[in-house]
Amino acid sequence: MFEYVWLIPLFPAIGFVLNGFLGRRLGKGFVSWVGPSAIGLSFLTAIFIFFELIGRPPAERHFEKVIFDWVVSGNFRTVIGYQIDPLSILMALVVTGVSFFIHIYSVGYMHDDPGYPRYFTYLNLFVFMMLNLILANNFLLMFVGWEGVGLCSYLLIGFWFEKDSASNAGKKAFVVNRVGDFGFILGMFLLFTSLGKHGIWTLDFTEVFANANKLDPATVTTITILLFIGACGKSAQIPLYVWLPDAMEGPTPVSSLIHAATMVTAGVYMVARCNVLYSMAPVSMAIVAIVGVATAIYTASIGFCQTDIKKVLAYSTISQLGYMFLGVGVGAYSAGIFHLMTHAFFKGLLFLGAGSVMHALSGELDMRKMGALRKKIPITFWTFFIATLAIAGIPGLSGFFSKDEILWQAFSSSHGHFLLWLVAAVAAGMTAFYMFRALFMTFFGQSRVDPHVAHHIHESPKIMTVPLMILAFLSIVGGYVGVPHVLGGANHVHEFLAPVVGGGAELGKAHAGISLLSQAWASSGEAGGHSAALELLMMVISVVIALIGIGIAYLFYIKNPALPKLLAERWRGLYRLVYNKYYVDELYEILFINSLKSLGTGLWRGFDDFVIDGTVNGIAYLIGWLSGSIRRVQTGLVQNYAFAMILGGVIIAGYYLIRGIFY
Amino acid sequence: MKLPEIDLCLIAPEIIVAAFGFFVLLVDVFFSKRENKAYLGWISLVGIFFAGALAVTQAGSVKSGFEGMFISDGYALFFRITFLIIAFLTVLISMGYTQREGIAFGEYYALILFATLGMMLMAAGTHLVIIFLGLETMSISIYILAGMMREDKRSVEAALKYFLLGAFATGFLLYGIALIYGATGSLYLKDVASYIASKNLLRNPMLLMSLVFLTIGFGFKIASVPFHMWTPDVYEGAPTSITAFMATGVKAAGFSALVRVFFSALPGFRPDWTSIMWLIAVATMTVGNIVAISQSNIKRMLAYSSIAHAGYILVAFVAGNDLGVSGILFYLMAYAFMNIGAFTCVILLGKKGEENTLIRDYAGIGFKYPLLSAAMTIFLLSMAGIPPLGGFMAKFYVFSAAVKEKFYWLAILGVLNSAVSVYYYLRVTVLMYFREPEREITGLQFSPAAVAALVLAVIGTLYMGIFPSNVLSFAQKSIAGLM
Repeated sequence: MFEYVWLIPLFPAIGFVLNGFLGRRLGKGFVSWVGPSAIGLSFLTAIFIFFELIGRPPAERHFEKVIFDWVVSGNFRTVIGYQIDPLSILMALVVTGVSFFIHIYSVGYMHDDPGYPRYFTYLNLFVFMMLNLILANNFLLMFVGWEGVGLCSYLLIGFWFEKDSASNAGKKAFVVNRVGDFGFILGMFLLFTSLGKHGIWTLDFTEVFANANKLDPATVTTITILLFIGACGKSAQIPLYVWLPDAMEGPTPVSSLIHAATMVTAGVYMVARCNVLYSMAPVSMAIVAIVGVATAIYTASIGFCQTDIKKVLAYSTISQLGYMFLGVGVGAYSAGIFHLMTHAFFKGLLFLGAGSVMHALSGELDMRKMGALRKKIPITFWTFFIATLAIAGIPGLSGFFSKDEILWQAFSSSHGHFLLWLVAAVAAGMTAFYMFRALFMTFFGQSRVDPHVAHHIHESPKIMTVPLMILAFLSIVGGYVGVPHVLGGANHVHEFLAPVVGGGAELGKAHAGISLLSQAWASSGEAGGHSAALELLMMVISVVIALIGIGIAYLFYIKNPALPKLLAERWRGLYRLVYNKYYVDELYEILFINSLKSLGTGLWRGFDDFVIDGTVNGIAYLIGWLSGSIRRVQTGLVQNYAFAMILGGVIIAGYYLIRGIFY
Repeated sequence: MKLPEIDLCLIAPEIIVAAFGFFVLLVDVFFSKRENKAYLGWISLVGIFFAGALAVTQAGSVKSGFEGMFISDGYALFFRITFLIIAFLTVLISMGYTQREGIAFGEYYALILFATLGMMLMAAGTHLVIIFLGLETMSISIYILAGMMREDKRSVEAALKYFLLGAFATGFLLYGIALIYGATGSLYLKDVASYIASKNLLRNPMLLMSLVFLTIGFGFKIASVPFHMWTPDVYEGAPTSITAFMATGVKAAGFSALVRVFFSALPGFRPDWTSIMWLIAVATMTVGNIVAISQSNIKRMLAYSSIAHAGYILVAFVAGNDLGVSGILFYLMAYAFMNIGAFTCVILLGKKGEENTLIRDYAGIGFKYPLLSAAMTIFLLSMAGIPPLGGFMAKFYVFSAAVKEKFYWLAILGVLNSAVSVYYYLRVTVLMYFREPEREITGLQFSPAAVAALVLAVIGTLYMGIFPSNVLSFAQKSIAGLM
């Protein structure tokens, strides 16, 4: 089965081609079958390959399939090749699985859209590109996927391009990502040339990582930071997060698939994939962890004051991505990937739920115009509720296990720190608060729905609710593959990923501060680093924080709905600051956009018009003149032509003569 | 007396091509009443295909025969395939065209096959006389083909000019060969090289003079400045299908012999020829590109463009390293596809009594004939060196070879020239899509064979641009043992 790994990306490619070229002609029925079944088939293939993989002993769980040579130049050779290992197959499963359900959901959600074939064309193309990103066995192909998903993201954000806000949001996403991609490219170049200095001209993952130890620490640090800039763009981390909230202009299933479950996690995947490099560069890891945790708490706070349900979810996504980066930043790569997986389930579900709410309310997004929908759209409510519990970190649901592992690692790993844990734990409480705020405002309390919308509120059709229920199921049980040892689980995810991201042998070693703390704590208990009791205590603390968050949300939005307004009046300045997202967009506008614009205008008027155009036009004029005059030599007379040949011969002979004399 | 060893298997592809040439002539005599001669084209295609299949079976082995005058090595194989592809496409585009222009004579296809035979001998000859014979077989066939349109003054003029100047150039070439024989006593390429090395004849005036004459002789065939002046007149006047054949086949054959002779027989003179070829390369690129700009006839423009392409290929010749020589091979193959493709479009846009070869005839055809225009755009962009098309990869290999050998200025001048060329290639595209037609071009009849050639050329151009490594590694394997 491994030989057929290329089938995984092939099916969406076929879907893309069929929908793209025939979709318009053959109509909706055709598209509705081709789009989801292309993804379904590649999901099936991924499942087969997964089972074959776990049938092998852990040390042999690696396979590369070269499809063909891509660029060969001198001693540089790069291939179109795919690799199977625990990390890539896990990602492939998550991507194809979640995509499959979202494709099905889209059949219902997008059904009346005139751009239906175009939508599925882009969506299939996206999955194809994402799978290239994940399955690539070298940096270059990964980058192709990386750019490809960016393109699809741009196309789908601006799917309703006739709306100004949508096409602007698309452009914004593209431009901001460009900044990050530039970092990625530079990182790739630097990696290539610095390995080249040791005679190793390659961008293959296996070869690069095997030879990484030849690089000096400063270079690795630079490379990893540059790559992380790329991750910041794609995965919307500070300071490049600004595009993701605007990306909500796209259709809701797109927000769910691309801007929550899959594409935005590419940065996390990339860091995990390059764990060999990152582990060599503690400074870069610290940067990743700090940026991650800062993003987590910062965007969680913005989530407090948003009234648009999709915007709340968008900021929540950024915040959760911050958690993942915190995880990989403290060296807990498997924890980061684990959270990536559970997040794909519950955040995908939340967005689909929001889509279902919009569907019921004729496209309403403002939570102030919702309320009391619990009874009217029960399936949407219950699934949304489950996802909210999961993201809030309530024990027993998937989010609890993955988030808690990150928190624990942030505290205990040799790259971790008490402060990282503290900030992340507070952010977890904030997450619980704003998510329950959204839940309460949407489904509880008094109905604030517009009267003319209210009378045709309806539950979504089965084709939309079934994917909701499946994802809800996954949001509950998805965490049980990674139950930590301290709770009597086996942590399969960690073990499964160990061959790729390292067994985490280092994780046991604590840094000085922690070991002091834990020794003090465990002095009475058994010796040997952290005790299980400490881990359990941290777990209890984080659950308590989450419960406090939920409690406050309950107080504000159910018990005493007047309270939020009062507080907003009381701390008016602070409220406005947060409500306006800390004015970061405005700041960027002044700092980058306006200054670049005026620089551009200056260059255009001054430099371009005079110097460049002058030179170009001058050269064009000169060449035109030359062309006309040399042309005149072409007399059409044979004797002139023969004379030119003789003249040429004389010149060559003369050259040899002179060379002979002076040689 | 010892009988010479004769291994006919070695020249089986050549034999097939020659035999089919005679066969076509013969069949034509028996069916001379038939107006439609396309069936002769189909026979030729079969012959070319068989010759190609036979050539492929010889892949991987290096065998020398006929007293060492002929070799079937990777280099010969690559060029055989290139020539056969060129001949195949030429025959495809000829079938409708010759009928339309009233030049459907039986000897037309036979001459194409004979010319192809000559080319194949040029690439596989390891003895100067064989190479010369091949060159003459090719040239004489082409002289006739260029003048096929007997009623058309320009065609006759083209044939005569080509013949006179070609004879002139051949004189130089023969003189050069004679001087080599005089200085070294041999015409075997390897023997010449070893004799020069052993007797240290690097300053021998006779050999230096022969170098001058060989440069003129081969420079004429590949259309390099200043031996290029026949090119525009002949390309414009000759039947368009033959122009395509000349621009690709004759040029490739000229390069195959030039590279083989200079690198096998005269490697010691490399310091001498390098600076001369440097100069010729720059002059060829520059003159070709600059004069192409002010052309108003597309066949003339493509003629100058073919001069410029010879210049790019000479850049790789100057670099002279592995990448350069395999780059030459790659370039010639890619050029065959894109150039024949472009000429096919020129043919398809004409009809009886109305050739439509002025560049402004292309105005506005983009929406009238979308597929034809799209194909033409692909070929023009490929010639301009835009990725992901074959022409881009070809230029990339050629210029990187120059950079690798530290010929930075040569590479820079090459790239600048390439930038200049974009102007006149894109001008046609702009006309096709962004200008209103000056007059309606209607009633075009697309011959199915020519359309097939067009499709093949598009596929070839795209394939070599997107999956260049297959052809390049083939080319790299082909030059093993050459240098």
